[in-house]
Amino acid sequence: MSALLAIVRRDLLLAMRRKSEVLTALFFFIIVVSLFPLGIGPEPQLLKKIAPGVLWVAALLATMLSLNRLFATDHADGTLEQLVLSPTPLGLLVAGKIAAHWLTSGLPLVLLAPVLGLQFDLEASALGVLVGALLLGTPLLSLIGAIGAALTLGVRGGGVLLSLLVLPLYIPALIFGAGAVEAHISGLGAGGHLSLLAALLALAAFFAPWATTAALRIALE
Amino acid sequence: MLSVSNLSCVRGERRLFSGLRFDLAPGEWLHVQGENGAGKTTLLRALVGLSPPADGDIRWRGESIRRLGEDYRREMLYLGHYGAVKEELTPLENLQLAAALDGRNLDDREAIATLHRFGLKGREELPVRFLSAGQKRRVLLARLVTRQAVLWVLDEPFTALDVKAVDMLSALISEHLAGGGLAILTSHQTMPIAGGRAIKL
Repeated sequence: MSALLAIVRRDLLLAMRRKSEVLTALFFFIIVVSLFPLGIGPEPQLLKKIAPGVLWVAALLATMLSLNRLFATDHADGTLEQLVLSPTPLGLLVAGKIAAHWLTSGLPLVLLAPVLGLQFDLEASALGVLVGALLLGTPLLSLIGAIGAALTLGVRGGGVLLSLLVLPLYIPALIFGAGAVEAHISGLGAGGHLSLLAALLALAAFFAPWATTAALRIALE
Repeated sequence: MLSVSNLSCVRGERRLFSGLRFDLAPGEWLHVQGENGAGKTTLLRALVGLSPPADGDIRWRGESIRRLGEDYRREMLYLGHYGAVKEELTPLENLQLAAALDGRNLDDREAIATLHRFGLKGREELPVRFLSAGQKRRVLLARLVTRQAVLWVLDEPFTALDVKAVDMLSALISEHLAGGGLAILTSHQTMPIAGGRAIKL
């Protein structure tokens, strides 16, 4: 357990010392989301309609930006080898790395989303549902993304391959995440979508560290 | 303690070596020799369990290392070609976090004493990227002391080290062997450590 906390602390410390990487993804999210109201113009009805989809797609893309470096830097400087050879189970360390990834790339998106949602004239309750959906959905993005990052480790042009591999897998999260906000706005209630999102998260939390571990071992052979 | 029988490794299409066998008892060390590309690193990676050999058996205390898994890794330390230290972190943080990831709590005093022993006095709090190649290497080697493993597997441990550090490391390895430890090293230099055996790939 202390090893799990140690790897989270290590990755957070590294993110603090390399702020630019975290901030790049964050500003990307802000800019992409802000471009839509500017491009489409002040039509509240239309903006309200596209808001959930725009915010979610931007969140997916911003997460993609930070996935590359999830294992790549550890792989390049040899610390990944040391993690694999550590007496601590690799699955635990991988889970810690995924948690740290979410804390540095997922959680800031969740916190920023309601502010950005204001641009789309979303009302307070819809913003609440949006935050809830992102809170369940962004860990899912980190978990699924970790599998892709491990599979493309050390592959030349891995960044593009990673997007092609991972973005299709993000579709369920996108559908249920954006769907939750739309359902709430149309008065149907977001409960069903959020439950499905939570179920997906539980499933991924169980399988993704295991799959990522297997992929990492293959990448290092 | 460590016994290897009939080991063969394949890299791509090429068979690097086959039928390799040796036994290593406490207090003994093995010098793996060979030309560039002979398969020294591949052998070490197979011995630590990073890449499975094409054929053969590696046993630690009579048990296959694949079966032992974490129990084997707890008693073994592998330091490879790479720095395996984080450039953004200080030597102290590197050492303490590496220990924490292995499930061991390393207090400040012990960590600083170890860094001093490796000639890093006054650099404990400096990010590693400001250190020279040899000093980075010393930060990594400091784990030899703090990890307290029985089997040391070291790939070119003397690279980038100055004369004084080479002597210090040799003394450290001798001390480790005298305490009943085992070591496997690759190096192109002749090494001033007693009780060694050599295999040539």
